[in-house]
Amino acid sequence: MSPAPLLNRGRRLLGVATLLLPALALAAAPATPIRIGQFASLTGKEAAFGVAGRKGIELAVAELNAAGGVLGRPIEFLVEDIASKSGESATAVKKLIARDKVVAILGGNASSNSLEAAPFCQAAHVPMIAISSTSPKVTAMGSYIFRVCFIDPFQGAVLAKFAGATLHARRAALLTSASAPYSVGLSNVFRERFTAAGGTIVAEQKYTEGDKDFRAQLTALRSLHPDVIAATGYYTEAALICQQARALGLDIPIIGGDGWEAPQLLELGGAAVEGTYYSTHYSAESPAPEVQGFIHRFQAQRGGEVPDAVAALGYDAMMLLADAMRRAGTTDGPAVRAALAATKDFPGVTGRTTIDAQRNPSKPAIIVTVRNGRVQFVSAVLP
Amino acid sequence: MSEFLQQLLNGLSLGAIYALIALGYTMVYGVLRFINFAHSDVFMVGAFLGYYLGKLVPAGTWWGGLAVLAGAMIGCAVLGMTIERLAYRPLRGAPTLNVLITAIGVSLLLESTGQVVFGAAPRNFPVLFPVRNFAVGGLILGSNQLIVIAVAVVLMIALQLVVYRTKIGTAMRAVALNPKAAVLMGVNNDVVIAFTFGLGSALAAAGGILYALNYPSIDPLMGVMPGLKAFVAAILGGIGNIPGAALGGLILGTVETFVGGSQWSTYKDAIAFAILIVILLFRPAGLLGRFTVEKV
Repeated sequence: MSPAPLLNRGRRLLGVATLLLPALALAAAPATPIRIGQFASLTGKEAAFGVAGRKGIELAVAELNAAGGVLGRPIEFLVEDIASKSGESATAVKKLIARDKVVAILGGNASSNSLEAAPFCQAAHVPMIAISSTSPKVTAMGSYIFRVCFIDPFQGAVLAKFAGATLHARRAALLTSASAPYSVGLSNVFRERFTAAGGTIVAEQKYTEGDKDFRAQLTALRSLHPDVIAATGYYTEAALICQQARALGLDIPIIGGDGWEAPQLLELGGAAVEGTYYSTHYSAESPAPEVQGFIHRFQAQRGGEVPDAVAALGYDAMMLLADAMRRAGTTDGPAVRAALAATKDFPGVTGRTTIDAQRNPSKPAIIVTVRNGRVQFVSAVLP
Repeated sequence: MSEFLQQLLNGLSLGAIYALIALGYTMVYGVLRFINFAHSDVFMVGAFLGYYLGKLVPAGTWWGGLAVLAGAMIGCAVLGMTIERLAYRPLRGAPTLNVLITAIGVSLLLESTGQVVFGAAPRNFPVLFPVRNFAVGGLILGSNQLIVIAVAVVLMIALQLVVYRTKIGTAMRAVALNPKAAVLMGVNNDVVIAFTFGLGSALAAAGGILYALNYPSIDPLMGVMPGLKAFVAAILGGIGNIPGAALGGLILGTVETFVGGSQWSTYKDAIAFAILIVILLFRPAGLLGRFTVEKV
């Protein structure tokens, strides 16, 4: 991205001539940038994910370029906005591959977006690393599709166990976003695991992405007297669900998955999200040196802003890709794919990453709660 | 039983908002015989005006809330009249289809401008009125829900008085009946039509604020779905008919809530719209509408 590495290289090659003949120096330097593309919702109701992921990737790219780039070439990072709309992911990925000739794709966040984009990456043999798509179906789309986060069968089991063992819930109610594959999948795993542990699912109510009225569903749930509500959708709806549940006098714990991980949950939910729990990929309160180092560098670049889990995952995705390209010694799709598949014990901010045969890492899940307007660490569950 | 009453209250407060928006569709249709698709975006602008005005008054006070409501209604009335003056008046006398497509254009313009000016991310709507929950038996009455119903009822009665008890209301009905004859009787059509747009837009602004009070997350595309539902409500009640729009809104909101609370919650919107189709099969002019042959 920045011309600095080009000049350094030119100076080494041509010495003083560089100053006299900059054009020649540039022509002599073969360091064409490596283009990496991201597709993400930078606007709309899932914008928190896309924006956080981009910030994480940008930090990684800045650090990589400052250290001389990858394979001696600087990274050029391109991002396409999918505006939280279905159908846009495919267009964005096609554009990045065909027009911008990116060598790898990072993203998406919502599983539905990754499911849309994956076939195009697979067909073009461009490796794709999903940032926070937890549906198992995503990496099953093809051999070029990877991810850096845990998957929902694990997350659902963690949530079910937390509801039963820690919250002592016997009767759970599910509130599922029927239009999000992520939410449907997570609810199914939660139901399976919670019933297997002896609990009862009293009811499952459904809504659609973009709905604002949940009073009808919550009133129906209230009359069944659940001990806990699992709202497995995304943060915009989760915040409204918490508010309307509290307004209806439902004072039981409400829990969710990593789709809740966004600063907007606290902004939109206010006092109503106090005392709720959700599972996520990382906690900024972790004392681990790689986490604290990451937070420190992120804050230095972003004026003190504390990175959330999706930013950490975005950072890890970019670093994992750079590591794979170094090991492959090239940016060719098939070679990078093979190197990604062979990743073993890669030290990431969100935990050590070993890619398994299904192209998924196994990483710990963190349970957090909202207390006094802040997200606080509760427990970590190892896979 | 308490669940039934709670759902009825939820449904009525949602339906009251649909009814307020539906009134705007129906009034413009009654006077000009076209659907003002930009109406749902005036609703959105109303909510955003409430968002910005809400920062100027102390949160959670009666006078503050009412001042914001009045301010947003005036602001949107001006916006509605401006839209009419700039986009629709030059097309007066042109085929209805031209005006209809212009209305869709204005709608997209407002949505896109909203995304540029306000940003596309959802925002948290401020608390305008004092919030309290009353428990009556197993029933929880939220103060916002009661405010929504009360404000909607007051505005609908006021509208009925304006249309049937004032001079400008009489003029509106005259224009609706026969615009050419109204001109011959000395009615200034331009003034009447501008007034109709202003009145309808003010009701949309009230609807926007009441909606945002109940569902405090607002974004520039927030008007699309409630606008569609209100349009359906207006048709359901008989488009062009003011009590019909109110009735249609209440029916739609209640049905939607009852389906949403049942085991078929996934099909909430589908069932609400299916009911519309069934009603229109048996009463093509809507519940309270009179059937007239219309060439489009």
